[in-house]
Amino acid sequence: MSAGGAEPIYLEVPLSKEDVEPLRTGDVVRLNGLLYAARDAAHARMAEAIENGEPLPFDPEGQVVYFTGPAPARPGHALGPAGPTTASRMDSYSPLLVERGLRGMVGKGLRSEAVREAMREHGCVYFGAVEGTAALLARCVKEAEVVAYEDLGAEAVRRLVVEDFPVVVVNDLYGGDLYLEGRERWRRKAAGS
Amino acid sequence: MREVRVEDVTETVCGLCIEANTRLPEGHLRALREGLEREESPLGREVIERLLENAEVAREECIAFCQDTGYAVFFVEVGTEVRFVGGELAEAIDEGVRRGYEEGYLRKSIVRSPIERTNTGDNTPAIVYYDLVPGDGLKLTMLVKGAGCDNMSALRMLTPAEGLPEMKKFIVETIERAGPNASPPLTVGVGMGGPFEKAAQLAKKALTRPSGEPNPDPELATLEEELLAEINATGIGPAGYGGRVTALAVHVESFPTHIAAFPVAVNLDCHSHRTASAEL
Repeated sequence: MSAGGAEPIYLEVPLSKEDVEPLRTGDVVRLNGLLYAARDAAHARMAEAIENGEPLPFDPEGQVVYFTGPAPARPGHALGPAGPTTASRMDSYSPLLVERGLRGMVGKGLRSEAVREAMREHGCVYFGAVEGTAALLARCVKEAEVVAYEDLGAEAVRRLVVEDFPVVVVNDLYGGDLYLEGRERWRRKAAGS
Repeated sequence: MREVRVEDVTETVCGLCIEANTRLPEGHLRALREGLEREESPLGREVIERLLENAEVAREECIAFCQDTGYAVFFVEVGTEVRFVGGELAEAIDEGVRRGYEEGYLRKSIVRSPIERTNTGDNTPAIVYYDLVPGDGLKLTMLVKGAGCDNMSALRMLTPAEGLPEMKKFIVETIERAGPNASPPLTVGVGMGGPFEKAAQLAKKALTRPSGEPNPDPELATLEEELLAEINATGIGPAGYGGRVTALAVHVESFPTHIAAFPVAVNLDCHSHRTASAEL
């Protein structure tokens, strides 16, 4: 994504609070470094671990979670196709990680008010990736390793090393929401009435 | 009677699974390119460009263009003069899915039950709808149905008095509510008529029509155009980032219904509109 010519912002994960503070809704970002892939079943287990006082598969502090469950990798590929899944299914779990220092989430689709509030309070940004570009996004993944819940298969927690992983800031720390603002801007007001 | 060996069905199904998941149909690619011409939002244009690039990479490398390789849905037209030999048709289809999803490096996304969520491990069972037709033909049409967009689908039992205006409103509202979650640009399947389940099934079947091919009934074709215009006026745009192209096509299918009823179902399909078919 280059947002019609705007220069992307390059970020190295893990991220500090200072890294995410300048980001604004609509900013085009390239992520480099670490992403932790986790989706529904892994989030349910992490929530259970927190409830039981057990350790998490990774320390959320400064990290970015990518909501994805990759397809199997062909030989020679670090990871199979891996686009973002619908983030709202993780809404009931995300605040638990955000409160523990998670600095970013990558997914697609709207987040709940509770998640957005936790993000603003603790300094976490929600990035959108384009679902339907799974083959392209997988090319940005240089290394992939299952770090927890291997029995969950595609839903296991994976530690990914990425290069120039393309995302857009959907929710910044100041209440911005690309989905709502974009829709408002391009809506044809008279239509359908 | 014509005899069809079920192992030929298995082989065909295996091939369809790989084809549908790695090669976007030409008609859908054309619809995306036309969408790119219409899109005015720079971010929206870039999303469509990347979808097209992704389709190319997937085709070249024979990998899935979306990690959600979905439910394996089949619409099967079976001629009444066909006799299957060597096994059961339903098992042969499942075996084809099993092989196709393994050989094609496709994700296995089906769990045993909504409550007991253990993965079945091979993407079976296939979801199969049979139609008995005259003759000795056999046609299999596969729809790979991702869950993100399927989750945002809806059905409503309207009253006859509410009629067409309420139906259109319901469809547009469904898409507004889905917003970015259904991964636009969408293909929208609409089924109306029949009892409850018929509308839902028609909505799904409507998605198997080649992208943008209008309903042969001119009135329904006009309705499809009107709905497409209203959906694209929402501003949701590609990936939900805002723009002119929220849907690429609306396919409406209609069926007789009851004097007391006006069922309507909306089944959404994402940017990766995956169909493939074969005749045996």
